[in-house]
Amino acid sequence: MNKRGRSRSTPPWPVAIPAIIALAFLVLPVLGLLIRAPWGRLIELLTSRTSLDALRLSLVTALSATVISIAIGLPLAWLLARAEFPGRRFARALVTVPLVLPPVVGGIALLLAFGRRGMVGQYLDSCCGITLPFSTPGVVVAETFVAMPFLIITVEGALRGLDTRLEDAAATLGASKWAVFRRVTLPLIGPSLIAGGVLTFARALGEFGATITFAGNLPGVTQTLPLAVYMGLEGDPDQAIALSLVLLLVSIAVLVGLRDRWLRTGVAS
Amino acid sequence: MTGVVARVVLNRGDFTLDIEVAVAPGEVVAVLGPNGAGKSSLLRALCGLAAIDQGQIVIGDVVVDDPARDVFVDPARRRIGFVFQDYRLFPHLSVLDNVAFGPRSAGASGGKARDQARVWIDRFGLTDLAGRRPGEISGGQAQRVALARALAAQPHALLLDEPLAALDIATRQDVRAELRSHLRSFQGPTILVTHDPLDALVLADRVVVLESGRVTQAGTTAQIAQRPATSYVAQVMGLNLLRGQASAGLIALDDGGELHAPDHLLAGPALVAVRPTAISLHAHKPEGSARNVWAGHVTGVQPIGDRVRVTVSGAPSVVVDVTAGAVVELGLVAGSEVWLSTKATELEVYPG
Repeated sequence: MNKRGRSRSTPPWPVAIPAIIALAFLVLPVLGLLIRAPWGRLIELLTSRTSLDALRLSLVTALSATVISIAIGLPLAWLLARAEFPGRRFARALVTVPLVLPPVVGGIALLLAFGRRGMVGQYLDSCCGITLPFSTPGVVVAETFVAMPFLIITVEGALRGLDTRLEDAAATLGASKWAVFRRVTLPLIGPSLIAGGVLTFARALGEFGATITFAGNLPGVTQTLPLAVYMGLEGDPDQAIALSLVLLLVSIAVLVGLRDRWLRTGVAS
Repeated sequence: MTGVVARVVLNRGDFTLDIEVAVAPGEVVAVLGPNGAGKSSLLRALCGLAAIDQGQIVIGDVVVDDPARDVFVDPARRRIGFVFQDYRLFPHLSVLDNVAFGPRSAGASGGKARDQARVWIDRFGLTDLAGRRPGEISGGQAQRVALARALAAQPHALLLDEPLAALDIATRQDVRAELRSHLRSFQGPTILVTHDPLDALVLADRVVVLESGRVTQAGTTAQIAQRPATSYVAQVMGLNLLRGQASAGLIALDDGGELHAPDHLLAGPALVAVRPTAISLHAHKPEGSARNVWAGHVTGVQPIGDRVRVTVSGAPSVVVDVTAGAVVELGLVAGSEVWLSTKATELEVYPG
């Protein structure tokens, strides 16, 4: 170690050692996953019936949850950022509840609301014959519940940070409110909308607790990737590891894709 | 078209804006005032970005804001072009698409809107920049794009908020001249607000002076420039303004001293405007033809361009512009005792 390097910022050992332990603690499990992965049987494991079903189901449900989150979460984000209404601050706080709520609790809450005997569920059942629990749409409901706050918070932050003076300018040029939103607001918050969508998708893809509580664990119907991983551990650990690799890959892709926004500034900025 | 006729009253806490303006088609009116006078609030009210508390705004023949009758037309339906001080070009659109925004909003298809935009782009000499983003053009160019964008929407009236304030001084000269010709060719009424008297004098036909939310003077540019009614106007026009009572060719000044007027016509409250260059400084009491001679002492000496502005306290107190040579010759420093003189014919005397 040369003198100059020393003088700059060599950390004292009471800092350096715990820091190294922390880093190792975070990295080792992932490393273990990569080392223990059944690379030779990977294709075979990932193309098994159970895997393909789980992959397909996860993709479909997570995408659906993302689309629904954008369809109803974007308008809510706009209201929270722009509209003046009583209880707006309270509504903003409510939106973040699913972020901190244990997903299992979320699942139970969903059962109480949308279960066959639930507050809303009983009417869905009696009037329209719709039963959400233990169905694929139920998975989408559970995933949307836990993931939509990511979209709302990201987009709301972007809308708050957006310069409304540009929207004023658009209005003086004759653009209706809808046209202003579509041609000025939306393009300007586009990057944040994409970032929020990706985060929502990633969160929905990894959702476990709310899904298993509300939608159960039926292969091909409600058994998403995380559920298949968990079940695989009991029967075929190699399969569990292979599916875990898929989820890891998605996580890394999200990190790389969002490194500028997510790592530097945080989701709410 | 009958232009713009408006009385705008806005209450903002302690501040009240109360102004009447009437601008005929083809006419350019400048609202001149210091920062915080309410100029931008006036424009925001006219274009509908803010609702007025009292009064009425009529654009063309249409009442667009009248709180008493519960009428309020959205900015999008007022057809008022607005050139913002900071231009507010859409950063995600090319120059061409910025200009096409108005026609597009009026319902033209994408291609047609761009065709219309190209006409304006060419007229404003922006052809080479059509494909660029606003971040890639200069301030002067952005100003042109902003004006082209506003005019391409075919507005019934045009508003400009400090159109040259964002430019550096060198560019401002060129853009001011260019803006003048564009404003001349606009058929509708134009209102521009500025704190720069040169903008008002060069660009406008008439000037309305706004101070602390009230109109303190209104008139042609020549009237404003020669006969300021308030110390603010006198200051921005670079004139000394003195207040007094006229009687038999003599004006007794409110703050002490008296001046000989060029004629005996005026009696009663009077204002006297004197150019700083029309007053001479002397080391000894002058024995010349000048009829107005008084003593004072120097309180400030400050170079302005190729001249030196000397502030003199006396009866009356005035600012005097002299050459650098005169400063040396008279040995002018703060505290120097001097004599001042000016000819009666140099005084602009008018009812106050």
